[in-house]
Amino acid sequence: MSIAIIDYGAGNLRSVEKAFEAVGINAEITKDKVAIRNAKGVVLPGVGSFDAAINELRAAALEGVIEEAIALGKPFLGICLGMQHLFGSSEEGKQKGLNLLPGTVKKFNFSGTPWSNQSIPHMGWNRLLFKHKAPIFAGLDEGTMMYFAHSYHVVPENDTIVASRTDYGVEFVSAIWKDNVFGLQFHPEKSGEKGLLILKNFGKLCSK
Amino acid sequence: MLSKRIIPCLDVTEGRVVKGTKFVQLKDAGDPVELAAFYDKEGADELVFLDITASSDKRYIMLDVVKKVSEKIFIPFTVGGGINDVETMREILASGADKVSINTAAIKDPNLIKAGAEKFGSQCIVIAIDAKRVKGQGASGKWEVYTHGGRMATGLDAVEWAKKAEKLGAGEVLLTSMDRDGTKDGYELELTRAIADAVSIPVIASGGAGTVEHIYDAFVKGRADAALLASLLHYRELTIKEIKDYLERKGITVRR
Repeated sequence: MSIAIIDYGAGNLRSVEKAFEAVGINAEITKDKVAIRNAKGVVLPGVGSFDAAINELRAAALEGVIEEAIALGKPFLGICLGMQHLFGSSEEGKQKGLNLLPGTVKKFNFSGTPWSNQSIPHMGWNRLLFKHKAPIFAGLDEGTMMYFAHSYHVVPENDTIVASRTDYGVEFVSAIWKDNVFGLQFHPEKSGEKGLLILKNFGKLCSK
Repeated sequence: MLSKRIIPCLDVTEGRVVKGTKFVQLKDAGDPVELAAFYDKEGADELVFLDITASSDKRYIMLDVVKKVSEKIFIPFTVGGGINDVETMREILASGADKVSINTAAIKDPNLIKAGAEKFGSQCIVIAIDAKRVKGQGASGKWEVYTHGGRMATGLDAVEWAKKAEKLGAGEVLLTSMDRDGTKDGYELELTRAIADAVSIPVIASGGAGTVEHIYDAFVKGRADAALLASLLHYRELTIKEIKDYLERKGITVRR
């Protein structure tokens, strides 16, 4: 079994690959369309800026294979920016997202709130408050802490896809789940044992 | 609630950890991977590796360390020391580090912050600031930025420099008080607070921790987001568990 980790330029792809390896799941970093088509599951990681990353994705003509994988019902996991790219647009950039899920990406803005002295980026460990217990969260307790490093967060139009929220003054969407599509605002590959469990759960879904 | 972070800092030269000698339970206390794994297990929220290798032609050794750490450790880690161009940043990040910390090179060329942030994202770029209090300023604190481990004055005001670095795209400040470093008298709270109030990016307090109370004060009085610790942990004067137990009792959110 193999999972394709989509390679789109800058970013820490190696950690995602090594994290899957650590839980005994074969995952490969690739931008090869055939390899992505043949994969049992697809991971869209993402570190960097919205426009730079989506431009890379389009330059490599990978938009189509991502849409195809999702349409075929393959387990799909977007991490951080990789989740944000599933939506229509982002305040971070001018480029359009993949627009596979209705909604936008907004920057944290605490001015005029009681949390105006909170740091942006939201960086560090924070809790998951489950809204729908997605299968990739199997075995995790309510309030489990994950590692976040972001200034932008998704605002889906449809609340039913919200899998978890996280409290940073405001409760923002920290994970989404719609059918075979999962999105995580945090980094499971950097969230210790509990984070690895999420990747293991995703791997199990891929082997079904 | 976002938790406050405890971050052990390991000084590495030519692939070996210096200081960190009291680890009788480790087979090789000089091995960065083994020490990193130890701190990860103990509950470290993040790690910082400072490459103090003197000769630049041996820098590739650090890349190998980064690769090995990223295969074993699944918490975030930062690499700093001698990074002076975007290509070196790319090599370190591609080897598995999550963030790079830059100091002297950013002072020489502030656009390095911007170039790195545009290429890799602000969350990857940590601006390390070594500051020393300017004497004779009375009650209103002023701090000057130093480079080369506190030996060279830059003439830059630490607060202004932190603001500029944020504007250029730095995602975090690693703030070391040169006056307090190694003293165990506590973090320089006034400096930490001045920087934390001036920028909206997270501030990591460094230099001077001697007790759990000092760490608590850095978070509450200094408004730091994270505390960097070196010898206190390396010499087992405190453990991460002891620190987190204390902070939790005092109502600070920590990761358990």
